[in-house]
Amino acid sequence: MATTLYDKIWQAHLVDVEYVKDAKKTSETGEEGLIYIDRHLIHEVTTPQAFAGLDEKSRKVRCPERTFATMDHSISTRSLALDACGPTNKLQLQTLADNCEKHGIVLFPVGHQKQGIVHVMGPELGLIQPGMTVVCGDSHTATHGAFGALAFGIGTSQVEHVFATQTLKQSKAKSMKVQVNGSLPIGITAKDIILAIIGKIGHAGATGYVIEYTGEAISALSMEERMTVCNMSIEAGAKAGLIAPDKTTFDYLKGREYAPKGDDWTQAMAYWTSLMSDKDAVFDKIIELNATDITPQVTWGTNPGQVIGVNQPVPKPSDFSDPIDKDSANKALKYMDLIAGQKLSDITVNNVFIGSCTNGRIEDMRAAAAIAKQGKVAPGVTAIVVPGSVSVKQQAEAEQLDKIFIEAGFEWRLPGCSMCLGMNDDFLKQGDRCASTSNRNFEGRQGRGARTHLVSPAMAAAAALAGHFADVRDYQ
Amino acid sequence: MTNTGINIHTGTAMPLNQANVDTDQIIPKQFLTAVTRSGYGKHLFHDWRYLDQHEQVPNPDFVFNKAQHQGASVLLTRENFGCGSSREHAPWSLDDYGFKVVIGTSFADIFYDNCINNQLLPVQLASETMDQLFAIVENDPAAQITVNLQDQKVSVGDLSVTFEIAEQHKTNLIKGLDTIGQTLELDDKITAFENNLPEWQRA
Repeated sequence: MATTLYDKIWQAHLVDVEYVKDAKKTSETGEEGLIYIDRHLIHEVTTPQAFAGLDEKSRKVRCPERTFATMDHSISTRSLALDACGPTNKLQLQTLADNCEKHGIVLFPVGHQKQGIVHVMGPELGLIQPGMTVVCGDSHTATHGAFGALAFGIGTSQVEHVFATQTLKQSKAKSMKVQVNGSLPIGITAKDIILAIIGKIGHAGATGYVIEYTGEAISALSMEERMTVCNMSIEAGAKAGLIAPDKTTFDYLKGREYAPKGDDWTQAMAYWTSLMSDKDAVFDKIIELNATDITPQVTWGTNPGQVIGVNQPVPKPSDFSDPIDKDSANKALKYMDLIAGQKLSDITVNNVFIGSCTNGRIEDMRAAAAIAKQGKVAPGVTAIVVPGSVSVKQQAEAEQLDKIFIEAGFEWRLPGCSMCLGMNDDFLKQGDRCASTSNRNFEGRQGRGARTHLVSPAMAAAAALAGHFADVRDYQ
Repeated sequence: MTNTGINIHTGTAMPLNQANVDTDQIIPKQFLTAVTRSGYGKHLFHDWRYLDQHEQVPNPDFVFNKAQHQGASVLLTRENFGCGSSREHAPWSLDDYGFKVVIGTSFADIFYDNCINNQLLPVQLASETMDQLFAIVENDPAAQITVNLQDQKVSVGDLSVTFEIAEQHKTNLIKGLDTIGQTLELDDKITAFENNLPEWQRA
């Protein structure tokens, strides 16, 4: 029978076939299984209670060697001191360090050469490989699907389950193919692709599905760009997002620290090159987009599905036929302090954030710097650039991108999650309006009463220079 | 973790008539720096519930602060509840506040699993049924809603509807099973799986 990439990875990780047979078939796909987890990434926020749970029952971490830790969410981007954001954050960071030491888990703490946002650090070390199952107590684990890995976020109880057993009980999700045809116009980025997809299928449009992204426009993307696309799969509600591995994937992995070497590489390649959906594989749902139709995207509302092209007017609630969408639009316009019909170029911003696990990689820094060097940050705008990892920071500095940013009036910070969620001191005030390269524009996400508009790194840099939303294609 | 089971629950409802309620609303990020599982209930829906950051001034317009809904243990909501972040602090805060059941049109995947793992029963009902439930509670905030997990039934007054739930979720909720303990009993199979991996895939 023809199978999808998701089917193949699922099948290859079923630990207990009898468990599957015995399970009553009540999930939507009728399949349940105990699946093996190849890679477990952890950070300070979603693990302390899981470690405590192990300790209560005197359980051990089964595979510390499959587990890698970093500090990213609650750290300062101005100082390497663990207490820079107060004693509560320090205690959480120290708890991670203590737990990793106790259980023999490799940790890349603040100040370490390999530290970074968990979804930036993992791939750049070669920890994520095609065909793997990857979990982390963080919804943006979807990022790693860019490698053709089945990667998804889990809760803390599940983190504890993986610690103790290296497995997870899962219901198999349905499959969705999202095909992006043609080639991207100049000035259009991976961020615009994924925002356009979420805009089309909706904020919960992929709930219960694993997405596989295919098509000419996806194949043409670099690994960094593919990670941006897969990263926001969760913003459409998807369990995971996958892209079949190809030469781009293998070229990226070759030579990375934790990638297979020598004979292992040869054997790995033999397996990895088999990882694709069969030509006649059946998907439960298929969505198609034309890359040539995609314009620079800007969210106007309070969920990532509320998104428009930069030259479209802010929508009217009456544009929506579904009463729930209409109600959501009304609430969003009120919270965002926007007027239906308003032009985006008339909306001023006083903050710009460039960074996060969505857009904190070297290519994002380059794209933002290419715009930043064309001007100065507008008066009244605070703009910060937060590289996704120490490695990204060093590469950017080697290319003197930091100088471009600083010269233009941006702040150049230390790596971390930063203002994507503001668990440190990088958060906005009531009424602030931010052009942000992050992944969520929920109410209060970047600070209580603050307003977030999701955009690509180039669009964020353009907004910083203009002081309002601007079409990045005018800067090419 | 081990919990006591849940089977039949009766209580009044909190009608949160809104779609796409994300976990950033349920429990904002500033409360995620704690290292324990308890004490999140007072911060539940912080931004909507309080007018000030110190939680001293309740927002009189928010449904959680209406006198007629105090003591509710069944949360009514709409589609895509719990979307966004994977933070398990969301069900921890709902549970700590006193909710035993969340009834909505649909739930985000990770949130749903997190509920199951915390003995918080997520019940999915059709949008039209939710309309009826909201209408009943608006009419009579003291209406007692009974959720019977064994029979997969929600009843209030003359209304009685059934709901779907995966068998293994139902079993775990009713028996309050230690899911890690269950999996650890399969240790031989996990070891066999690991021994079967090609050398290059072994850690």
